[in-house]
Amino acid sequence: MSDYQPVLLANIHREDSHKLAVYEAAGGYRALRKTLREKSPQEVVGIVRASGLRGRGGAAFPTGLKWSFLPEGHPGPIYFCVNADESEPGTFCNRVQMEHDPHQVLEGTILSCYATRASTAYIYLRYEYPLAYRRLQDAIAECYEAGYLGKNILGSDFSLDIHIHRGAGAYICGEETGLIESIEGKRAWPRIKPPFPAVEGLFRKPTVVNNVETLTCVVHILDRGVEWFQSLGVPPDPDNPRDAGSYGPKLYGLSGHVNRPGVYELPLGVRCGELIEEYGGGVWKGRRAKAVVPGGVSTGLMSQSELDTPLDFAGPVSVGCLGLGTAGVVVLDETYPIIDFLYNSCRFFAHESCGQCTPCREGTRWALRILERIKGGRGRLGDLDLLAEIGEGIGIIPGTTICGLADGAAWPIKTALRKFRDELEDYIRRTNPTGYMATGPAEAVDVAEVA
Amino acid sequence: MATIIIDGREIEVPDHERLNLIEAARRVGVEIPHYCWHPGLSVVGSCRMCLVEIGRRDPATGQVQMMPKLMPACNTPIQDGMVVVTDSPKVRRARAMVEEDLLLRHPVDCPICDKAGECRLQDYHFRYGQPERRGDVRPFSSRRQELGPRITLFVDRCILCTRCVRFTREVSGTAELMVRARGTHEQIDVVDGFPLDNKLAGNVVDLCPVGALGDKDFLYRQRVWFMRSHASVCTRCAAGCSIWVDENQDRIYRVRPRENPQVNRWWICDDGRYDYHHVHDPRRLVAPVCREGSGLVPIDWPELLGRLSDQLARARPLAAVFSPFLTVEEAYLLARYIRGLDPEALLVLGPIPREGEDERFPGGFTIAAEKCPNRRGVEKVVAHMAGEVAVFERLLSELDGGTIRGVWVSGGYRQEWIDATTAARFDGLQQLVVQDLFPSPLTERATYALPGAAAAERDGSYVNRTDQLQSVSWAVRPPSGVRPEGSLLWALLGRQRLYDARAVLREVAAEIGHFHVAAEPIPEVGVNLKVNLLARSEGPAGEAEGVRQTRPS
Repeated sequence: MSDYQPVLLANIHREDSHKLAVYEAAGGYRALRKTLREKSPQEVVGIVRASGLRGRGGAAFPTGLKWSFLPEGHPGPIYFCVNADESEPGTFCNRVQMEHDPHQVLEGTILSCYATRASTAYIYLRYEYPLAYRRLQDAIAECYEAGYLGKNILGSDFSLDIHIHRGAGAYICGEETGLIESIEGKRAWPRIKPPFPAVEGLFRKPTVVNNVETLTCVVHILDRGVEWFQSLGVPPDPDNPRDAGSYGPKLYGLSGHVNRPGVYELPLGVRCGELIEEYGGGVWKGRRAKAVVPGGVSTGLMSQSELDTPLDFAGPVSVGCLGLGTAGVVVLDETYPIIDFLYNSCRFFAHESCGQCTPCREGTRWALRILERIKGGRGRLGDLDLLAEIGEGIGIIPGTTICGLADGAAWPIKTALRKFRDELEDYIRRTNPTGYMATGPAEAVDVAEVA
Repeated sequence: MATIIIDGREIEVPDHERLNLIEAARRVGVEIPHYCWHPGLSVVGSCRMCLVEIGRRDPATGQVQMMPKLMPACNTPIQDGMVVVTDSPKVRRARAMVEEDLLLRHPVDCPICDKAGECRLQDYHFRYGQPERRGDVRPFSSRRQELGPRITLFVDRCILCTRCVRFTREVSGTAELMVRARGTHEQIDVVDGFPLDNKLAGNVVDLCPVGALGDKDFLYRQRVWFMRSHASVCTRCAAGCSIWVDENQDRIYRVRPRENPQVNRWWICDDGRYDYHHVHDPRRLVAPVCREGSGLVPIDWPELLGRLSDQLARARPLAAVFSPFLTVEEAYLLARYIRGLDPEALLVLGPIPREGEDERFPGGFTIAAEKCPNRRGVEKVVAHMAGEVAVFERLLSELDGGTIRGVWVSGGYRQEWIDATTAARFDGLQQLVVQDLFPSPLTERATYALPGAAAAERDGSYVNRTDQLQSVSWAVRPPSGVRPEGSLLWALLGRQRLYDARAVLREVAAEIGHFHVAAEPIPEVGVNLKVNLLARSEGPAGEAEGVRQTRPS
């Protein structure tokens, strides 16, 4: 697999890779010209559907299928949102793409808008990416000048405007409907579904929300064809009729305790251990890995014994993780206490819970309180069962919340308790040998610790 | 027709009805607990209390396939073949979890909370919660924040259902309220300089499922379990909103909206909500007085009843002023009484108080400019009895001309309704009987000044501006010494036993075509006279005639 030639990241090392001329010289906008000339929007949707492309943003929903949910013959406008609010902890692949190859992102956006007949696209960019913002802005200006954007793109009757909307640092804005609410200028409280955005989304019009990396895959599917795309990755499991397969290239963001962290483009299905050893240069300081987060903290933990798991859409699920998520792989070495991981992740989700649904708002904060107490040396063994119960109770999978944030909060708790319970019990026994359990006065008041 | 099964009970719902599962379950007597959902507001589905299990029954095989995850009943419209389970262990666990979560940071200060006794958090905790408290978070504070001149917020009691926020955005259209901060730091708040101050603001207190929003008018004045609620009608304006009057030992403490899809839906305005204060106003007339020489001296009711009719009969020609605050029954009895003394008596409609224009709110609620409850009803009665409705100015000019010698004036106005100059035109009458709530220049000139009853003390019916007739019974007894108009006129007409408004209304219905439909029992939401009049005029004439004959008179 090491002879794989990057496609999505092919340009990023060129000098001035963010400029239109460099992108065009490397074959940029070739797919757009060809598609506008030869293919109807339906055909594009058909091709993307046939390719088996699944969303790269975390939920792995088949992209073509999502597009086909748009009502047929809608008088418009149809809106297209690019989800560039990359805020999952441990995830930074879109950032590299937007900073070093913004035109690839734009080409994917234009093609996808063509397929979905959208006339306006919004790039919802997280505020913390100022370079990406400038580069995308410049790139959009170049596109208008070159006729890739605006009225009658490349002489066709397809017109498109792209706007950049910068977020203000909330994790929940990466949730599809939270993002839509945010663009509308409201508080990013995810909407209850149905209606789904494809029926009633941005400004109550049909809307598609796609991840940045998904869109760049669309460019190459249209450029190189479905067969090329399906030559990469893992075909669906024939024994599992619900498996939609894991085709295509994927960006893996490797970070944590490795020697060479970074973004690596590989066909889906690379084994976790292989990614760490061959590409990441192994765990740092000559240590072994204790645990690995397969795709952003939301997806939970894989233990050292599970490193053989393929990082495709089905692999992490088979070892009890939420999924491949964003493929932000975080390595924890053998010295790192799981209680710290758990505390940090719970702190993040309690902070980022939008506060709309009761189980998520209160459950994440309660879990954090318990972990604070454990870390403060006043834990008790029963706390672990309580944590597990909180983890089992919240999320869209049991159906107790509107959006998936709570699942993301629950999975680190659930997987850590399942896979590292001994270590956590040891910690509690060691730090609180008497089992003293009174609540200290320091916890009595819910101090505003919002950082 | 959609057929769905809720907890094993089958229910059929016609296609034109768009119910969600909470509403459908209610029809078969199954309660699905909920906080954030309200029929008058948009659906957010965020409290997660109404989670239920949903499945489908295959019409061919009859097999039921349940969905793996719980669904919010509030956002699930009914569909044919749907199977709903609301009491499975899974559902019960989810409810217990939500209850436990909501109580984590709740102060549980029920002993000092006004909502205790009608609090959903309390009720649901007893019904669906778990007995022991496992959370060791202790935020027990009861921060209080003023949201506006009449509404106060107990920050820590709030469960963030956002009903109040949605109300100010969708119904009042004023959008003063918002949710500030995020996660557990969230709280309901207003922007500095823009307090919660609109004419519908009081409704947020009724909407609040817990004790977070308090009405300063009611705060700490009465425990809810001591009060009795009486179905009534607001008499502040011509809209005639349905209300509950909450009273304890003949003192009103609170007025709340009563759901009435035909009139006010779920809301009332603050004008009406705080209007009850006039009932307990210390300035009220509470004893009948009569003129003796230049002064007014007390007189007891039996003596008054014994001589009033004779004195009035000697003061012909007579006139009577019909206040738009009278009920239909009282107007009818007064007309009967006066015309009985003088068949040619002049029947005059009292002044109609108006303030500005009708106020319409985005949610469809309207406050009428006409600040009286029963102009339409009184007008119809007077028109029937006199053939025409004379206006107040007509009476004044007749008074100036000296053609009238005796006048009966019915009042009931909240505000000063007659000034001294106008009242002076009543000078020189042989008899002037005034029955009113408050002293006025007119009562000073009266031969007989009689205390009248406030709306909450009367039995009777009101016809609002859309011709909706609603009947109410008294909620509180009048102060001792006060004899309500209906009761007084009933006695003056020589009728036996106690005043029976229902019997009078049946009489009115039999006699006045406009009120025919009122012969039937009046439903709680009232009955629309105009709609029924139209329906009747379209039906076969004989049928209506036949119905009338079978009615008791």
